[in-house]
Amino acid sequence: MHPISKMALQRLALGLFTLFVVSIIIAGAVEFLPGDLAQEILGQAATPEAVAAFRAEVGLDKPPVERYFSWLGGVAQGDFGVSLATKRSISDLISARLGNTLFLAGFAAVIAVPLAVTLGMLAALYRNTWFDRLINVSTLSSISFPEFFVAYVLILFLSVGYGFDARWVLALIGLFLLVEGFGAVKEGKRIGRFSVIGSIFGIIGLALVVNAIFGWWNYNVGAVSAFPSISNISPDTPFGERVHRSFLPALTLTLVVTAHMMRMTRASIINLMASPYIEMARLKGMSPARIIVKHALPNALAPIINVIAVNLAFLITGVVVVEVVFVYPGLGQLLVDSVSKRDITVVQGCCLIFAATYILLNLTADILAIATNPRLLHPK
Amino acid sequence: MADATNDPMALSADAEAPRVDQESRWVTLRRAFRTAPMTAWFGMIVILLYILTAIFAPLLAPFGEKEIVGDAFDVPGEEFFLGTDQLGRDMLSRMIYAARNTVGIALVTTILSFTLGSLLGMLAAVMGGWTDNILSRIVDVLMSIPQLIFALLLLTILGANVVNMILVIALLDSTRVYRLMRAVGMNIVVMDYVEAAKLRGEGLWWLIRKEILPNALAPLIAEFGLRFCFVFLTIAALSFLGLGIQPPTADWGTMVRDNAQLITFGEIIPLYPAAAIALLTIAVNFVVDWMLHRSSGLKE
Repeated sequence: MHPISKMALQRLALGLFTLFVVSIIIAGAVEFLPGDLAQEILGQAATPEAVAAFRAEVGLDKPPVERYFSWLGGVAQGDFGVSLATKRSISDLISARLGNTLFLAGFAAVIAVPLAVTLGMLAALYRNTWFDRLINVSTLSSISFPEFFVAYVLILFLSVGYGFDARWVLALIGLFLLVEGFGAVKEGKRIGRFSVIGSIFGIIGLALVVNAIFGWWNYNVGAVSAFPSISNISPDTPFGERVHRSFLPALTLTLVVTAHMMRMTRASIINLMASPYIEMARLKGMSPARIIVKHALPNALAPIINVIAVNLAFLITGVVVVEVVFVYPGLGQLLVDSVSKRDITVVQGCCLIFAATYILLNLTADILAIATNPRLLHPK
Repeated sequence: MADATNDPMALSADAEAPRVDQESRWVTLRRAFRTAPMTAWFGMIVILLYILTAIFAPLLAPFGEKEIVGDAFDVPGEEFFLGTDQLGRDMLSRMIYAARNTVGIALVTTILSFTLGSLLGMLAAVMGGWTDNILSRIVDVLMSIPQLIFALLLLTILGANVVNMILVIALLDSTRVYRLMRAVGMNIVVMDYVEAAKLRGEGLWWLIRKEILPNALAPLIAEFGLRFCFVFLTIAALSFLGLGIQPPTADWGTMVRDNAQLITFGEIIPLYPAAAIALLTIAVNFVVDWMLHRSSGLKE
């Protein structure tokens, strides 16, 4: 058997096994509860009959192994059981919402992936220049933002129509120019020459910062209210309208994920450019473009695929908070509602879907990384 | 080229290098601070301000943490600098007290997760074999479910409150610490001095405490910053979802949630607590970035 298919099959088997173990954990989480779930949920005042009825309803009176396999059998046929709180079929609750969540995550990914990979590569190629440092500072900041912060800032400026004073944005740009400009001057002194451009940038930057502090010149940016702050989407919403309504949540997710993806792309490319065979190619006088196309790119594919998959998996976590902010009718919203109602069966269903998506994404990344690995493609 | 390695002078200089390094530890530290980039300075100053705010919260806050002092959603003005919240409590005072609660809880959680993760990681590195295998497989499984999703599942079962949240996040986050500690520990365990200690007959606890921990400290400190950011953001997210820190305790995540409706009226008040979270995380990230850059040497 070809080594690639062998490795891919091994990964596939491992992935399926992980999925199986995870399903046991999710189903068996109830067992780890100190005390009794029925008593916990119904409260101390519940009558023994009510507790017994509840136990029979959830199936707590059956042995755990039997309960697990009947649950798993149901899940395999698309039947997740019945919600404890509303008595509705979980599959009905989930099916429409799953589509919405996948739409949102896909929307965000379509914007984020090309953007992040391009910017990450540029940052790696122009590393240690002002462009790289700007990217570094801005991505580091945006990683630090909680999702809801990004979401509310976007709502404020793009939905509510809150006009803002542009001088603060200018001041931020100024601060950056200031640091960069005088950094260049300092560097110039060390090398033994005086950087005129650096000092000009520094002075412009200083002027912008001082301007913002004293408020001499200000420019009010007009109010924008182009997008709804609440994305109510129903199955019969036409596609264009759907894109418009879910634009803000998608943009929020994009901003959060792009930063991560960019940093990781940059790191993996830099790592690659430091490897001996790239140096070898450089030393034998190859042109930079040829080095990148012939040597770097084929080897960069695996790390970049990995970066994309990790971040798509990261989207899954982000989606929960973002859906709550925008009241987006997706799986994350359902999950949070069910957690606060302690509707354990719905939570189990949602968690299984999220976990399965996560594992499948990582598995796809693994297999693609193996399939695109030049060392395996051309075995000795 | 070959001369450099065979030169007796070069060898003696090498042998003396560690002693000189130890003598000038303060000097290197001072130099590190002097060459710290602007972002790192910004980070350190912001962190210091947060710590001071948290310690002196009762002195700084004009009103009590849970005290109702005015009408609901009063506009910012003379009396209430940032206005009042949905119950008429002073926004500024709650922001200040939240520095203590939110950061304190995140810190406790991170310390717990670190203690657990690094102890188990070192144990796995020293013991190897079955212990390592079993611990690593458990960690693999715990890491195969997205952290927030797993936390939500566990909180459903245990019930959503602060203590449970701290324990759940500490447990889930310790898997990341374990991975790092095990990897770092594995590299140290193969060193000669560890071998020597083993041959001397030192016990497991000695090996962990005296041989591995001191040598693993540098990467651990940077990791602590990273983990703190992650834990802090997770706690903020859970509190924002109403499943973390519970009212009436002042907490930034909960405050964003409670005042969120104001944003649709063009009020930026809900952004203040969110910005407080963002600013601290940025600050810690800047410092960690600098430390990682320093410890990675000239890799880039």
